[in-house]
Amino acid sequence: MDRIPVLRMGSLLLITIQVDMHDKLALQLQDDVTQRISEWGSTGVLIDISSLEIVDSFIGRMLANIAAMSRVLGAETVVVGMQPAVAITLVELGMSLPGVRTALSVEAGMELLFGATLGFKREAEDEFGEM
Amino acid sequence: MSELAEIITQNEDQIRAEWLRDMAKSLQRSDLMSKAELEEQSLAVLNAVVMGVKTSGPTDMSGKGWNTARELLQEISSSRARQGFSPTEVASFVLSLKQPLFSAIRREQSKNQDKLFDTVWVATEMLDRLALLTTEAYIAAREELIARQQQELMELSTPVVKLWEGILALPIIGTLDSSRTQVVMENLLQTIVSTNSKYAIIDITGVPTVDTLVAQHLLKTITAARLMGAECIISGVRPQIAQTIVHLGINLEDVITKAKLSDALALALQRSGRSVIRSTAAGTSSAGAVAGIKEA
Repeated sequence: MDRIPVLRMGSLLLITIQVDMHDKLALQLQDDVTQRISEWGSTGVLIDISSLEIVDSFIGRMLANIAAMSRVLGAETVVVGMQPAVAITLVELGMSLPGVRTALSVEAGMELLFGATLGFKREAEDEFGEM
Repeated sequence: MSELAEIITQNEDQIRAEWLRDMAKSLQRSDLMSKAELEEQSLAVLNAVVMGVKTSGPTDMSGKGWNTARELLQEISSSRARQGFSPTEVASFVLSLKQPLFSAIRREQSKNQDKLFDTVWVATEMLDRLALLTTEAYIAAREELIARQQQELMELSTPVVKLWEGILALPIIGTLDSSRTQVVMENLLQTIVSTNSKYAIIDITGVPTVDTLVAQHLLKTITAARLMGAECIISGVRPQIAQTIVHLGINLEDVITKAKLSDALALALQRSGRSVIRSTAAGTSSAGAVAGIKEA
C-alpha cells in the first residue's frame, strides 16, 4: 500500500490507518490531508488509529503536525481509538500531543467534531442527503 | 579421607542417639514439629552425610556424592523457613551434629594426637559447609516468600471499578512508584477501552505523600488517558497534600482536581449529561434521600 485513503464524508475527512506507518507513508498522508482540506473545504478531520499498534516519535509528531496544519486551514482534528500501549509509548516519549483532540471511538469523535463545527452541521447533513 | 567415613559408619547409631538427645535438650521446637518427624529427618540427613563422605570426600560439597545431602538440607531448611523457625535454629540443626561426631572421633583416635586433630579439622570444615548451605537455602526460601507477597500486594492494590455507565474510578492505596504506576496505568487504560468509558476518577485518598515524582507519575497516566480520548479527574486531595503540591510548585492546572470522590462523581455525571434528583418519596423514607439519576 503506497498511500492511506482519505475519505470524504460531508464536511469531514475520514482517515483510517490500518497498516504500520512508515515515514514515507506518513509524509504522503500529510500532503494528502492538506490538499483535500483546501480542495473540498472540509471543516473536520477524523483520524482512526485503532488498528495502529506501533508508534515512534516520528509518527507522533506527524499526528501533531496534521492537527496543526488542519487548524491553520480551518479544520478541527480528532484522533480516535488509540490503543493503551500506543498511549503509554507516546507518553514515555514525552509526546502529549497538546493540540490534538481525542475520543474513544469513531462515534464519539464524530459527535465531538459536529459539536465543534455546530454551524456546519446542517450543511453536512444536507450533503449526506444528496449522496 | 575415608577415615572419617569409617568412623561415622561404625558409630552411626551412637552418633544419632547423642545427636537426638542434644537436640531434644536445646533446640527442639515441639510447637512446630513432632519428635518423630525430627528423628526421621535426622536419620535421613546422617545417612546422606555418610554417603557424601564415602563417595565424594568430606570437603567437596559440589561433588556428585553430596547431591542427596544438598537436596535434603535445602528441602528441610526451606520447609522450616515457612514453618517459622529462626535462622539460628535452622543452622543449629546441622551444627549440633559436631559434638556427637567429635566424641566419636575422640573415642576412635585417642592414641594419635596429630591424626585426631586432622580428622576433627576435616569434620569441622564439612559441617560448617553444610550449615552454610542450610542457611543459604533458608534465606532463599524467605526471599521467595517476600517477592511473592510483593507481587500479590501490587496486583491487589490497583482495582479499577465502574461507578456508572462511562465512569470509572481508580482508588490508589499506598505509595506510587514507577513499577506500580506502570501496572496502574495499564490497568486503567485497558479498562477504559473495554468499558468504553469517557471519564476516569483517580482517587488519591490512600496515597500517604505526594512528591514531585508521584505527581509526575499521575500526570503521565492522565496524559495517556487523554490521548485515548478519556478525561481524568483527581479526587481525594487532602489539605496537607494540597499544601505540598503548591509548595513544591507542581503544575496541576490542566488537570481537574476535587477534594472528595463524591464531588468528582457529581462532575463526571454532569459532564456526561446526567443530573441527580431527589425523589419525592424521600420525606417518608427513613434511610434518607432516595436519589434518581436523570439522563439528559
